Amino acid sequence: MKKLALAALAATAVLATPAAAEIKIGSTLAVTGPASFLGDPEKKTLEMLVKETNANGGVNGEKIELVVYDDGADPNKARTFATRLLEEDEVVAVIGGTSTGATMAMVPLFEQAEVPFISLAGAVAIIDPVKEWVFKTPHTDRMACQKIFEHMKGEGITKIGMISGTGGFGQSMRQQCLDVVGDYGIEVVADETYGPKDSDMTPQLTNIKNTDGIQAVVNPGFGQGPAIVTRNYRQVGLDVPLYQSHGVASKSFIELAGDAANGVRLPAAALLVADKLPDDDPQKPVVTAYKTAYEDATGEPVSTFGGHAYDAYHMLIDAIERAGSADPAAIRDELEKTSGFMGTAGLVTMSPEDHLGLDLTAFRMLEIKDGDWTLIEE
Amino acid sequence: MTRPGMKTATLIVLIVLIAAAPLVFSGTYHYRVATLVFINAIAVTGLVVLIGYAGQVSLGHAGFFGIGAYACAIGATHFGVPPLACIAIGAVLSGAIAYAVGRPILRLKGYYLAVATLGFGILVAMALTNEAQWTGGPDGMIVPSINPRGWFALAGLKVKTAVAWYWLAGTVMIVGAWIALNLKDSTSGRALRALHDSEIAARVAGVDVTGAKLQAFVISAVYASVAGSLFALFNQFITPDAADFLHSIELVTMTVLGGAGMVLGGIVGAALLTILPQALTVFQDYESVALGVIMIAVMIFLGRGLVPSLANALRRRPA
Amino acid sequence: MAELLQFLFSGLTVGAVYALVALGFTVIYNASGVVNFAQGEFVMYGGMITVFTYDAGMPLWFAAASAVAITCLIGIVLNRLAIEPARGASVVSLIIITIGASIVLRGIAQIVFDKQIHRFPAFSGDTPLLVGGATVLPQSLWVLGGAAAIFAALYVFMTRTMTGKSILATANNRLAAQLVGVNVKVVMLLSFALSAAIGAIAGVLVTPITLTNAGIGVGIALKGFAAAVLGGMGNPAGALVGGLLLGLIEALTAGYLSSSYKDAAAFVVILLVLFFMPGGLFAARTVERV
Repeated sequence: MKKLALAALAATAVLATPAAAEIKIGSTLAVTGPASFLGDPEKKTLEMLVKETNANGGVNGEKIELVVYDDGADPNKARTFATRLLEEDEVVAVIGGTSTGATMAMVPLFEQAEVPFISLAGAVAIIDPVKEWVFKTPHTDRMACQKIFEHMKGEGITKIGMISGTGGFGQSMRQQCLDVVGDYGIEVVADETYGPKDSDMTPQLTNIKNTDGIQAVVNPGFGQGPAIVTRNYRQVGLDVPLYQSHGVASKSFIELAGDAANGVRLPAAALLVADKLPDDDPQKPVVTAYKTAYEDATGEPVSTFGGHAYDAYHMLIDAIERAGSADPAAIRDELEKTSGFMGTAGLVTMSPEDHLGLDLTAFRMLEIKDGDWTLIEE
Repeated sequence: MTRPGMKTATLIVLIVLIAAAPLVFSGTYHYRVATLVFINAIAVTGLVVLIGYAGQVSLGHAGFFGIGAYACAIGATHFGVPPLACIAIGAVLSGAIAYAVGRPILRLKGYYLAVATLGFGILVAMALTNEAQWTGGPDGMIVPSINPRGWFALAGLKVKTAVAWYWLAGTVMIVGAWIALNLKDSTSGRALRALHDSEIAARVAGVDVTGAKLQAFVISAVYASVAGSLFALFNQFITPDAADFLHSIELVTMTVLGGAGMVLGGIVGAALLTILPQALTVFQDYESVALGVIMIAVMIFLGRGLVPSLANALRRRPA
Repeated sequence: MAELLQFLFSGLTVGAVYALVALGFTVIYNASGVVNFAQGEFVMYGGMITVFTYDAGMPLWFAAASAVAITCLIGIVLNRLAIEPARGASVVSLIIITIGASIVLRGIAQIVFDKQIHRFPAFSGDTPLLVGGATVLPQSLWVLGGAAAIFAALYVFMTRTMTGKSILATANNRLAAQLVGVNVKVVMLLSFALSAAIGAIAGVLVTPITLTNAGIGVGIALKGFAAAVLGGMGNPAGALVGGLLLGLIEALTAGYLSSSYKDAAAFVVILLVLFFMPGGLFAARTVERV
């Protein structure tokens, strides 16, 4: 009883400062650390959007308050911050978990606390099997593999090499690719890896080059790895097509890889080619608006990663609006009913069986030409 | 104060702190952070034995922490080992490995020993990262867990899971501290401290130097392993970062910052470095700078660590 | 054959960087007995300062020179603020202090610069040269040549100049050096400046190949430290051999065995060497003081 009173006292002390009419949204992102180039634009996007919402009078007449923690992509930190968001900040919903590891570490907590959670991480394991309180916005790694293999099949490619990063993203996507590759009549004849901090991949690429019959190479991975792989790829004189993953879908990849980036193919969201989309493309207004807003607000080029946060935030705000309340359970129910939402990743229609709501059409196949993204005609 | 008095005093201070801390807690988040403090403190107590008593450095103890953690994760997931039994399995495994690698490694001195232990830790972390079919790879794996709430219910008490873990981890930490304190005054403890002061002198005085070092290494490995197992069971999720080089460094920093020569020092160091990052998040980008500055400042101004230096200062002041 | 040659080029380039970092460790260790875990941060600052000066419109040579100069200053400040005040601290305390310093330096870089990955153009373009069926980037030759030049210059400096000799004297016997009039404080300062410069040059040379960001220091320091110990702590020749060996083991393992376990192979070799040669490959002849 005494403890209860003390706890209540502490709780009122915390709540005493802000006005009562506020909706608290939490977030824990990899703002620093190895995945900071994902987490940093995510954070900036969320902050920009919250400002925008509040300037327009908030949601249902209530202002939004955003609490962001930096987990540095460390799952254990993420888990502690998730507890903090739930217990101390008492948020009604959480966006983020930049990395798959951080996301998976937090999932049980949100399931237990019954607070809706929208992850910004890639792996298919986050929403398959479906978890009641967990949603996600980015395309899955499995979809990236499928999109790539679909394109290869169209090109008549049947024998490929793979070089994968051993970080979480690379390992997970490699596994997904190996799982689905058979469906497309394609065979993986060389399977190499590299560490997340490696600075030279010519030995692995030399081995791939010396494997008979290689017609294309896939590189699952993110960070500096794919840029170095791309440069080394040209260095050792590999001339078959190189497919990167959606993990490199930011302008900095082209800058880092330089001329070597030309000819690289990758599946990515429409955001990257916002200005090149035909005017009748239904996604065009959404992606152009976000691109302009983000670039004006931060002075940095837009990336698809910030786009994941954009989608998550808008779906969440829409759900709160539809629910007419900030009750976590009501928000969850409305999130699941998201239908026909046009985001930067594509058209989202969720259901109790699908907490992602995207299909393969949401992915565009791009090729880098003259240092810029171009759409490959389907 | 006599030595046994010192021992009792340390234990009483710890028990009082653990019992009193919940009075200022306002939610399970605080219980969670405190539990992490206790778990880190267990690993650090082992390092007090190794660094403080025996004067040997290890930059690879997170490797044993990782072995303990994955013993629970893999044991329960792949072999159906009951969650509590895995602590013992991890401890035996870590002890055995420490015994095997300890012999050649402990012949090395100073920075050579540092690199050898570092290499050992990196090898463990690498195996955990690469063997994804067993360990889930870098994204980690879920750990089937125990819920100590049930034991409290048996005693007629109803508490939250986080609270139950707080008392469980706190108790294990006290037991760990008690064993380490007793060790200090035992024959082998005295041998270790002789070794710390001068290895050659100890050898001349007839101390089995190799045996004593190996003993300290094995004991500290078991402490780290138990801490790792508890962490996995408590956190319900584990990644190879647990065995990472940076975690090894973190454990050593906790030990030395608080004062490697004293059990209480290690525990204070663990508390400081577990709570500080939580408190420093308000500084955002300046968080790591602040943490680094604190580390440097403590080592420069309180060279022997926080607790021994403060205790010294207090003792010098006339009562 | 072409395959082996390709692996060797890869291993030597990476190994040359390890060797330079190991050399940085060696210089400070000899003057002060400190293993400076912030050594990797020097490499990072060398690359990052060049990136940002170059992006601000300065010519590449000027950007590189200012990066080396500024990093030198950082080394001197580090010595003054963190190492000098801790005179006589234990090995573990010094490890913690330099690790603390590396955390601070990394944090400052993240604030002053950013957290993104960067590079600047290679000195002589990106067109690979064909050698015996293998390819080598012109920048790799810069790295190898640069490393060779630094090792040679350091050798001349240490053996032919008065200042260099006083550093060597301090390394051999601090007290004796002091007695014959060597200013140990100045030697410490010099060694930190020198070590920072070596690290920064390594960063400048290698960034066009490996890319850089504020967080690369730890990984580089780890490998450089391992290389220094493999060769024999405090021995410049050991640093050279240890670094190159480490790079070659990694490249050959990645090429012929398993790319997943190439780092493991490197550390297994280090452990084996230490088991049989507890002082490293070029063990220093020292007697343990009682």
